[in-house]
This record gives sequence, structure tokens and C-alpha cells, in this order.
Amino acid sequence: MHRTNSSNDDIIICENVNKWYGEYHALRDVNLRVKRGEVVVICGPSGSGKSTFIRTINRLEEHQEGRIIVDGIEMTNDIRNIDAIRRETGMVFQQFNLFPHLTVLQNITLAPIWVRKQTRAESEKRALELLERVGIREQANKYPGQLSGGQQQRVAIARALAMSPRIMLFDEPTSALDPEMIKEVLDVMRELAHSGMTMLCVTHEMGFAREVADRVVFMDRGQIVEENTPELFFENPRHERTKLFLSQIL
Amino acid sequence: MATEASQPRARAPRPSIGVLEWLRQNLFSNWWNTLLSIVLLFLVFQALSGLLRWVVTTEGWIGVTSNVRLLLVGRYPPDQIWRPELVVGLIAVLLGLSGGAWRGIPLVLAVGFSVAMAVLGLLSLALPPDQVQPVFSTRLFLFGVAALTALGLAAAWRGGSRLRWPLVAGWILLYPVAVLILRGVGEATIGTNLWGGLMLTMILAISGIVLSFPLGVLLALGRRSNLPVIKWFCVAYIELIRGVPLVTVLFMASLMLPLFLPAEVRVDAVVRAIVAVTLFSAAYLAENVRGGLQAIPRGQVEAARALGLNVVQTTLLITLPQALRAVIPVLVGQFIALFKDTSLVVIIGLMDLLGAAQAIYTQPQWLGIPGGVWRETFFVVAGIYWIFSFTMSRTARQIETNLNVGKL
Ligand SMILES: Nc1ncnc2c1ncn2[C@@H]1O[C@H](COP(=O)(O)OP(=O)(O)OP(=O)(O)O)[C@@H](O)[C@H]1O
Ligand SMILES: [Mg+2]
Repeated sequence: MHRTNSSNDDIIICENVNKWYGEYHALRDVNLRVKRGEVVVICGPSGSGKSTFIRTINRLEEHQEGRIIVDGIEMTNDIRNIDAIRRETGMVFQQFNLFPHLTVLQNITLAPIWVRKQTRAESEKRALELLERVGIREQANKYPGQLSGGQQQRVAIARALAMSPRIMLFDEPTSALDPEMIKEVLDVMRELAHSGMTMLCVTHEMGFAREVADRVVFMDRGQIVEENTPELFFENPRHERTKLFLSQIL
Repeated sequence: MATEASQPRARAPRPSIGVLEWLRQNLFSNWWNTLLSIVLLFLVFQALSGLLRWVVTTEGWIGVTSNVRLLLVGRYPPDQIWRPELVVGLIAVLLGLSGGAWRGIPLVLAVGFSVAMAVLGLLSLALPPDQVQPVFSTRLFLFGVAALTALGLAAAWRGGSRLRWPLVAGWILLYPVAVLILRGVGEATIGTNLWGGLMLTMILAISGIVLSFPLGVLLALGRRSNLPVIKWFCVAYIELIRGVPLVTVLFMASLMLPLFLPAEVRVDAVVRAIVAVTLFSAAYLAENVRGGLQAIPRGQVEAARALGLNVVQTTLLITLPQALRAVIPVLVGQFIALFKDTSLVVIIGLMDLLGAAQAIYTQPQWLGIPGGVWRETFFVVAGIYWIFSFTMSRTARQIETNLNVGKL
């Protein structure tokens, strides 16, 4: 495995990342550096490439040009590098993507057992701790289909955390939820941010961004148009497109 | 009381209506329904009473009762009957132990099997001994089987869950052991050309199911592979087999296979039939499994990959289990079809259950009976096919319900 010696403490480095879907240029020269422990919120209109970008970081999507370096590991086509990066990153999806044929506990212990080669006992102990942390320990033996959306998303977060990732990627984790369930998921994310986790969140929850994010990144048409601290981003957007977007969403 | 009413209840109340009310609502709700019901009831009554009269009065049952052995084991040497008996005994013990160890479906199967054996035993005792051909080494054999199953059940009833893994191994080992017992070792081997009847049908069907399942799954996965060579091989194979009837595959296996193989290699006729049934069934199975795989949302694979599971783990732990659950009903339908399709091996000269029936009604001694014995023979054979198919289908239904517990 090839580890680049990154002199600074940037845990994610994206340099001139370009991606095409066939003819369609989905990411254009995207540059982003995320520091250890930083919480970055990505927002932007639908179809602007937010999901595509966040998914190139753990190679659910392949980029064609540019460099992505995650915790010193450069993303190449080498499957060992890809696997190493996936072990460093946890991902939470809009549609939860829990495994419906496994119980909550099995969902969480699956990867620790098969990828980290933990024993069943230690992985279950840790899974129960994580369920406690996201507030649904009593649901451990239910199936995902028996839980509410908010509970499912919290299981999904616990499942990602069970691999002890250094980075958490969130792709619109609350967009599929009813309003009354959004808070319980955001609470978990807030607690995670305060615990020092590096987080990259695609979300339209501007309250969350304002309160928790260290930086807000605005994307449009495959480009990063503007990035700033939440205060400056919301009070004093520089670009017209950002202003338009904020006027629509706030 | 208010406090009681607010207690959670185990199930929703069921609406209950009396028999008369049910009849009124479903059969006699208006004059047109009433007319239809009366006509239909009359027709059903006619058919059933006709059937019953035939069952009671026909002379042809002698064709079946004097040929029980042919139906069960074909031309298997009578002095070697202890071999199939031993295999049935092993199955009885395993089934009984499994029923105790797992409860649930195996328990129902074990109890059903035991009871069926006891009933058949009583039936064989009730019939006049000079009419029933003695098949088994002792007239008490069927009771012995019933008792063995019950003993197995009793033995595994307490703490039987520890027996589960040994039992799985036992069932897997049963197949080669049974073949070894039935064939015999050393000089006194019993050629498969002598195997027949229900025994042969079961061997063909079980072999076909057990072998075509992994092959079909591999073909389904291969068809979705990213490697063009594998993908196109699987596509070609599946489409080729699905384009021809089973009979042609059987003929190919039995007549043309020897042409491709060196002259000194003689492949056994039963093995050739098993190969043909397996190759045929696997192609259909592959398409069914592929349907299940395609129905799985892309997010499942993405979540697994994001967690760091590799391709093999993702397939074995995430996609395949979900796909197989989704297609259980289709697969069981296909296995039932396979079970019945094994009757086509008559065409390549094997005497399975259906072949035995044909052998029975062409026996010259029935010329004196008006109408011969073929109705009775086929009636019984159809009944045997039906019992097995029905058991399979009910078992599958039950498995499905069990798997769905806790899912939505
Ligand atoms: N698999 C694909 N094949 C072709 N085009 C795609 C594919 N996935 C995404 N796109 C296109 O790439 C663009 C960016 O998509 P992406 O999903 O990243 O947008 P997004 O910013 O996440 O939008 P949303 O807020 O709606 O989730 C869109 O125009 C989309 O149509
Ligand atoms: Mg998106």
C-alpha cells in the first residue's frame, strides 16, 4: 500500500478532480482540503454533483482526472488502496441502505467480523455500545423493516462507526426523513462532530451547518463555487449563484 | 376496565361468523349465486360419488398390490432389499433427530413421515396377505421405520440443538453413503440398470436438485460478471439449454455423450440421466436467481462496498441471500417441475416410477380384467407424485413465512 507522506494534517486532499459520466462533465476541477477533526458541509442545487463528489472519496464513483488522497493514502486503481481508504471512511446514505435480511445487531457487526476479523463477542459488545450512543439499544434484535426512518438512519450511523473510521461521509442523511425524525438524526451527528470526528456532510439542513460546520462549501454545475465559514457564508455570500441558492432555501 | 383495555394485545380480534352465516354470505347471497352453487354442488357430488364407486368396486387394484416392489424399487434384486431398507432406516433416524433438534418445519415433516409410515403399515396388514406382494424383509418394516423416526425425535427432544451441526453433516454424508449401500462394494455390486421405481425417481430428483442449485447460482453470477469470457459463456449456455426440450438433452446425454468420450469410458446410464437433468435445470435456475439478483437495490452493494466488504463477501453475505429469499417460491416451483420431469427418463430406457407403472399395466396376466389395471396403477402413481410435490410446496410456503417474520 502506497502512503504519501503528507506534511500537513489535511486528512482529505482533492486536487483538480474531474469526472465524466459519458459525455457529461459531472465534476470540474474540484479542489478541497479537509483538516483532521474538521466538519465540512456541502450544499448546492440538485444535480450539482454533491453526491458524485462525496462518492469519489471512497471510490463508489471513479474519477478520471486529478488526485484524491485520504489520510495519506492515494486513491489509485489498486484495490488494496481502495480497500484501505474504505476502512478509513464510513458512509451514511440518504436511503439508509441497511441490510434488510439482517437484524440491527448483525448489520452493525457484519463488517467488523468479516473485514476487521473481530470475534463475534467483541464486535457485539462494541455494537451495543454504539447503539447506546445513538439511543436505540433496545432495538438491537429487530430487523430494519421494523424501525422508523429516524431509527434506521441512526443504525446506519452506528454501522459505519463500528468500523472505527477516521472520516464520516454523509450524503443527505435526513432528506428521506419525516420532519419529526430529522432532529434525532441531527442530534447524533452533532454529538459525533463534537467528539472530534472528521465529517463531510452533504445536507440542506442550514441550521445544522450554521451551528456545527467549520466550513460550508457551495457546489454548482460540478464546480466548487464558494467556500467559507458558516457565518460569512450565510451573512455575506459573494457569488450570485450562492445568493440565489440561499434565497431559495432559507 | 379501562386499565385492561389499554394493555397491548397479542393479536387483532378476528371477525367470527357461524357456518350458516358463512354459507349464506358466500354461496346463497342472491338467486343467481344460489343457482350456481346448487349446480356446482351437484356436479361435485356426481364426480365424487362416481370416483368413490370406482375405487370400491374396481378389480384392478390387484395390479398395484401385487407389484408394490416394482413401484418402489423396480427390478432391484429381492434378496438385496435390505439395502434400500437400510437407507430408509437411516433417513428415518436423521429425520427424527432433525425434528427434535430444530422443531418447526423438520418436526412437522418427521411427525408426518412417521404417521404416514404407520398408516401404510396398518394398511398392508389390513389387506389380505395373499393379495399383497411381500416386499420388505419383515412385515413390520414400515412400523419399524415409524418407530425409528419417533425414537430419533425423542432422543433429540432435549438439548437437541447441540446436534444441529452433526445432523447437517449427516444429511450431506447420507447421499454418498446411500449410493454406496445401494450399489454395494466389491464383486457383488448391484448395477444401476437394476435400480428403478420410486427409489430411482427420488435419486434422480434429489441429485438434480442438489447439483443444479449451486451450478445455477454460479451461472447466474457468471452472467452478471464483468469478465466478458465468463459472461458470454454463461449467456450462451443458458440460452442454448433453454432453447431445447429436456428430452433432447436426455437423448444427447445418453446417446451422444459416449461419442465424445474415449471408448473405454463407460458412463453409467443413471449418471447420464442425472447429468442431463442437472444441466437442464441449472439453466432455468440461473435465470430465476438472476431475476432475484436484479431486484436488489444498488444501494445494498454500495453500502457493503463502503463498509470495506470485498466482492466475494458482498455477494455471499448481502446480495445472494436476499436474492435467494426473493425467489424461493419460483425455485420450489422449479424443483417440483424437475421432480415430475424425471419421469422422462423412461425415454432413455430407465424404469423410474412412471416406467414401473408402464411395466405393470403391460403385464400379460391382466388381460382377463376388463379395462386392465392401468387406471388403478396410474391413479396410485399420480397420488405418489402428488404427495411429494405437495409436501415440497407446503414446506416452501412455511419456510417463506418463517423468513418473512420480522420483515415489515
Ligand atoms: N450514474 C450516472 N450516470 C449518468 N449521469 C449521472 C449519474 N449519476 C449522476 N449523474 C448526473 O450527474 C449530475 C450530478 O449528480 P449528483 O447525484 O452528484 O447530484 P447531487 O448534487 O447529489 O443532486 P441531489 O441534490 O439531487 O442529490 C446530475 O446531472 C446527474 O444527472
Ligand atoms: Mg445527491
